[in-house]
Formats: sequence, structure tokens, C-alpha cells
Amino acid sequence: MSRSLKKGPFIDFKLERKVLVLNETNKKSVIKTWARASVISPDFVGHTIAVHNGNKFIPVYVTENMVGHKFGEFAPTRTFRGHSKGKK
Amino acid sequence: MARISGVDIPNNKRGEIALTYIYGVGRNLSVTLLEKAGVDKNIKVQDWTDEHLAAIRAAISGNIKVEGELRSETQMNIKRLMDIGCYRGIRHRVGLPLRGQSTKNNARTRKGKRKTVANKKKATK
Repeated sequence: MSRSLKKGPFIDFKLERKVLVLNETNKKSVIKTWARASVISPDFVGHTIAVHNGNKFIPVYVTENMVGHKFGEFAPTRTFRGHSKGKK
Repeated sequence: MARISGVDIPNNKRGEIALTYIYGVGRNLSVTLLEKAGVDKNIKVQDWTDEHLAAIRAAISGNIKVEGELRSETQMNIKRLMDIGCYRGIRHRVGLPLRGQSTKNNARTRKGKRKTVANKKKATK
């Protein structure tokens, strides 16, 4: 079920605050975050944000196309290296 | 035989059914289109007059995306997902279901024909 429109998109408050500060001072720095469920808002475009995948932080460079997606979509939590080669 | 939006040649069926031969037109849209064009949905395609045809063409063109245009739009959307490297894009790339379905068994629509892996040798006593 999709989220109620009344509430608007969920954007992590603290993360947004940090990005807005960066926007104002025109600085660029990597921000670490655990907020995988946060929607990417247009303010984030051009920043690099390190998204936690449960093990380490995956740097995600936010482009315009990513707006509206969530951060977790860009930091996979599972590793699948393929099936083992059958031994004789 | 009539030709609507390119290659499609629906045959001697009722208009409601015949229009669904166009990619991007289903039963629901087909009825809406015929209503808009002012053609009874039970008239067979062979009994359509030229005016009917023109009205239907007008109802389709400019309002809805069908055939090639629609296909390319879908492809563009998938390509976008793959380019931004999001989860759905990754799943498109590896050809697995996108929406969290189980892949232990089944999921054959996405995975395609079964690829049998050679049997493991039974341990001998």
C-alpha cells in the first residue's frame, strides 16, 4: 500500500538539515546516513551520500533521475556471487 | 480489413474486440475509444464506414500511446532504472523478479526456461 498523500514524502529530517546547510555554504562533503527509507528530494541532487547497507557505507552520487527513489534502493544489502561450480 | 495506427489489421470481429489487437489497447480502453468515436461497439470491423474509421483514428492519435511509441516508452523507463543503479534496475539487469517475490522456486516468467545443473554425485557408503 502506498503512503498517504496527506503526509507527503518521508524525508529524513536530520539528513535534510545537513544537506541544506551544505547547499547554503556551497560545500560538498560526503554525509553518512542510516536513513535508507528516506526519499531523495530534489535538494540532494549533486551530493554524495554514504548509505549504510548494514555492513558498511556505500557512496551514492545523487543525480536528477534518482529523485523520488529511496536511499536504500542504491545500497544493496545482499551479496550474491553466483552458485558454486559443481565439483566432480 | 482495416489498418489503424501502423501495422495492425484487425479482422472480421466486433469493434470492441478488434481494437484490442493494437498493442496498448485493452477491452476497457477499446470501449471508451469507440464511445468517443461514436461507433457502436458491436459493429463488426468489415461493416465500418470510412467515417467510422476516421473517427476511431482521431480518437487514438494524439490522446494515447500505442504500438511503437508505447513500447519505446516502456523500454526507456526500464533503461532509466538500470542507469541509476537502483534495486529494481539491478534486478532487471540480472533478470529476476523486481517486487520482492520469492525466487527459491518458480519465478519462471522472469528467469526463463529451467537451466538444469548437473546432478551432484551421491555419497557412496
